[in-house]
Amino acid sequence: MNHEAPLAEFLGLTFNLSNVLMITVASAIVFLIAFISTRALAMKPTGMQNFMEWIMDFVRNIIKSNMDWKTGGSFHILGITLIMYVAISNFLGLPFAITYDHYLWWKSPTADPIVTMTLAVMVIALTHYYGIRMKGFSEYGKDFFRPMGFLFPLKIIEEFANTLTLGLRLYGNIYAGEILLGLLAGSLAAGFWGHLAAVIPTLAWLGFSVFIGAIQAFIFVMLTMVYMAHKVSSDH
Amino acid sequence: MFTLDAFVLGAGGFSEGDILFQLAMFLILLFLLKKFAWGPLMGIMKQREDHIAGEIEAAERSRTEAKQQLEEQRQLLKEARQDAQELIENARKQGDAQREEIILAARAESERMKEATLREIETEKDQAVAALREQVATLSVLVASKVIEKELTVEEQQQLINETIAKAGDLR
Repeated sequence: MNHEAPLAEFLGLTFNLSNVLMITVASAIVFLIAFISTRALAMKPTGMQNFMEWIMDFVRNIIKSNMDWKTGGSFHILGITLIMYVAISNFLGLPFAITYDHYLWWKSPTADPIVTMTLAVMVIALTHYYGIRMKGFSEYGKDFFRPMGFLFPLKIIEEFANTLTLGLRLYGNIYAGEILLGLLAGSLAAGFWGHLAAVIPTLAWLGFSVFIGAIQAFIFVMLTMVYMAHKVSSDH
Repeated sequence: MFTLDAFVLGAGGFSEGDILFQLAMFLILLFLLKKFAWGPLMGIMKQREDHIAGEIEAAERSRTEAKQQLEEQRQLLKEARQDAQELIENARKQGDAQREEIILAARAESERMKEATLREIETEKDQAVAALREQVATLSVLVASKVIEKELTVEEQQQLINETIAKAGDLR
């Protein structure tokens, strides 16, 4: 697991080329799945359209459990895209990891804190943006002093804590999963008996990682909507 | 973030370019999916929703209509039944009246016929009496002429009378 990240300088910015590759791959896969399954739309849905509609309803229910649909409806598309992108990203690192010349190229993009923190900060920034847009600046500002004025410092800390936990929870789960997979596949599987011993735990951990990947995508979107509801709904 | 980096296991150095790249890719993905996938899908879902709502409404409407028509038909049936009852009642009444009339007419007719027959019998009787009277006269004249023609013994006379009577009987 001592692989280097393939770094590159471009326009004065440092890019992790592995992240760039995997972000692109994940986005492409999400787009292709969504694009292909919504080509032949029909009033009576079949095959993939059913699946897509199920995802839509799933996200709709997540939003509905946090706020009323009138305000929550505008976050529907954000929620669907987020849950699919995070889920696909989580799954990408499961089947294999590709290292080339000591550089780790193929992994889950969500197994890097930069990526997950970017998503988390984006989500929190969006909650603040919509909080101001839907309730007005003064109402938004007053929310920091509710229910008690002296809670203001805690409220400020809460915002940063939310951001950190949202991003690092996802990162930690996926990264730990990949580390363990790497250990099972790489270090333990040495020699015939090592291979034999590694098969069953690897299979079990792969299944569990699929489960964790789906759960983490769900949790990420759920928390996004919880924070969003916190900012945009007027009743606390 | 910079200090965080030192503590996080496996973080391959801080690469600020990734932040921009991830952000840009996610926004592009969001935009593309909205345009090519979620938009049309939401459209079709809305369309289905509207369709179902319309169908339910139509079903509701036709049910009300059917109910109304059923009520109408029931009313019509009731009326028809009433009409039929009335017709039967009328026919029966008419039949009764006709029967009475026919009986009355028959009775009158029979009365009339009886009268006529009685009258005829009376006339016949009168005629017969008149005819007898005439015969008796004729016979008397005959007898008288016979008497004048011939002196008769008592036996002869008796015989003659008998003959005459027999003749008269034959004449009748």
